[in-house]
Amino acid sequence: MNFQLTREQALTKKMVEKFCEEVVAPTADDMDVAHEFPVDIVKQMGELGMMGIMWPKEYGGAGGDYVQYCEVIERLTAAHAAVGTVVAAHTSLCSGPIYYYGTEEQKQEWLVPLAKGERLGAFGLTEADAGSDSGATQTTAVDMGDHWLINGSKIFITNAGYADTFCITAMTDKKKGTRGGISFFIIDKDDPGFSTGAEEDKLGIRCSSTRELIFEDCKIPKDRLIGQVGQGFKIAMGTLEKARIGVAAQGVGVAQGAFEITKEYMGQRKQFGKTINKFQYPAFTMAELYTRIEAARLLVMRAADLADKGLPCGTQSAMAKFYASEIAMDMATKGVQFHGGYGFINDYSIQRYFRDAKIMEIYEGTSEIQKLIVSGAILR
Amino acid sequence: MKAIVCVKQVPDTSGVVAVKADGTMDRAAMATITNHDDLAAVEAALELKDQTDCKVIVVSMGPPPAEGMLRELLAMGVDETYLVSAREFGGSDTYATSQIIAAAVNKIGVDADDVVFCGRQAIDGDTAQVGPQIAEKLGLPQVTYAAEITDNGDSLTVKRLLEDGHMMIKVNKPCLITCVKELNDPRYMHVARIQDCYEMPLTIFDYEALKNEPLIDPDTIGLLGSPTNVYKSFSPPPKGEAVMLEGADRATVDKLTGILADKHLI
Repeated sequence: MNFQLTREQALTKKMVEKFCEEVVAPTADDMDVAHEFPVDIVKQMGELGMMGIMWPKEYGGAGGDYVQYCEVIERLTAAHAAVGTVVAAHTSLCSGPIYYYGTEEQKQEWLVPLAKGERLGAFGLTEADAGSDSGATQTTAVDMGDHWLINGSKIFITNAGYADTFCITAMTDKKKGTRGGISFFIIDKDDPGFSTGAEEDKLGIRCSSTRELIFEDCKIPKDRLIGQVGQGFKIAMGTLEKARIGVAAQGVGVAQGAFEITKEYMGQRKQFGKTINKFQYPAFTMAELYTRIEAARLLVMRAADLADKGLPCGTQSAMAKFYASEIAMDMATKGVQFHGGYGFINDYSIQRYFRDAKIMEIYEGTSEIQKLIVSGAILR
Repeated sequence: MKAIVCVKQVPDTSGVVAVKADGTMDRAAMATITNHDDLAAVEAALELKDQTDCKVIVVSMGPPPAEGMLRELLAMGVDETYLVSAREFGGSDTYATSQIIAAAVNKIGVDADDVVFCGRQAIDGDTAQVGPQIAEKLGLPQVTYAAEITDNGDSLTVKRLLEDGHMMIKVNKPCLITCVKELNDPRYMHVARIQDCYEMPLTIFDYEALKNEPLIDPDTIGLLGSPTNVYKSFSPPPKGEAVMLEGADRATVDKLTGILADKHLI
């Protein structure tokens, strides 16, 4: 057992901390108010190798690992949660299935530009009637001989308004249902019959783009199928299993960011003649919260380490995801509380963390779904 | 063509100054950063590399932990690094230091179209002497305080940042330029290069490696060979609390000028 970061992991941490301090954090509040997608930040992250950290260099990636990916996601999210969301959806959800399940040709054509940050990626699984029950997909893909014809829609798709490449699931054989009836496809933003809906007006992560994907007789070439026909559900679940580590890192990031600004506020705010960090109740509460943040971080790093070693990480990533998102919500809630009335005023950043925290318990598998996964694994 | 950049690892000014018994700073015991002006010099060299595909080489003199800084510079895009490090070099003042670094640069070799970059000055010593002295010892033309650099192939056009204005100078290569931090915004490390930087070239120039260089005179290097000696290093005591005046009215201005007049500042 070794809890030391490697030299490369430590240097990545140093680099992303500086990048966040100078580039991401200073713009976060203003961009949040303006609902501005971080176009320039995404471009810069692509140039710095942050849009394909754990993919090999031959596929345009940085040749790093999941631990480095989680360090980057945590820090970006601590500075501005929506930026972490953009990178995570792009990397784990869109590039991930192409790397793990795509052919060499698909990797060269689709993964390389994603990993280099030249194109942005999105992932479409959720539908109006297929949320936690993601197997209830209504979107269909029909084999027309020389092409696939896709009809239907996907909702709540992260990065949708700015993405160039989309990985989606569609039903290819309704009779077979979830196991064997769903297939996995790559969509280009310019494919005929493909469009995106209006931006969703969200409670949090307001700088990320969330839209509907609409397929109206969308015609795509045959070589857009990832894996075999009927493997789509398996690919989607395999993708989510690893992607969850990134969402868990986002949870730690929100918690860490909320902790840092609350700590700073508590060191300045005076009541009854002393700063409020000198009172035992808030001090002990912060001690408990920080211990849980550190515990969540260790769960994330454990899951990332398993993924790096190519070992099963589904249960670990599920535990990390629900635990980290819970502490994100709890830390942000206490953060607002310790800010008192100022915490309720939009001039203070803590309210942004409070709004951003909630989605961590919902997207990429709700906390309830994570507990379903964990209980299924430990009680069988 | 190559760009050779002289870089110093300096104490993090936000930390505490550690001092050795001989009065010089105990660099190994302090948190360190890359000197700001030197980072601007590295970035200037990397921008030249972006334009001309030249090789960028960094030279630094300091204790072995300076390797960490050199690895970070490799992750930014530097191609090769040299660490000049030996007990014989320790405690050198600017005269001795510039002699040793000039010898190292000379050993690497300065070709007809090369440029040597230095930072204007280091935040620990603040002398701004080492860059110009290296230029003198290598017989290179020098332009100091560069705030803008344009490459013309066989020459550079440099805009110098002076206290009361700017000066434009054209200088033929090979030359030495000292850079101010206003010159640019140094780039971040690239994640892919972070993976490689610990395998990239880092050569140690110890005393043995440099002793036969014509610029090295054993009697004028190190603490004993330095014409100047540091008598004492210390953190200055904090000044008194600042007085804040608020208001944009005549009375506030009168109060301010009154305070300044009392202190004989105006």
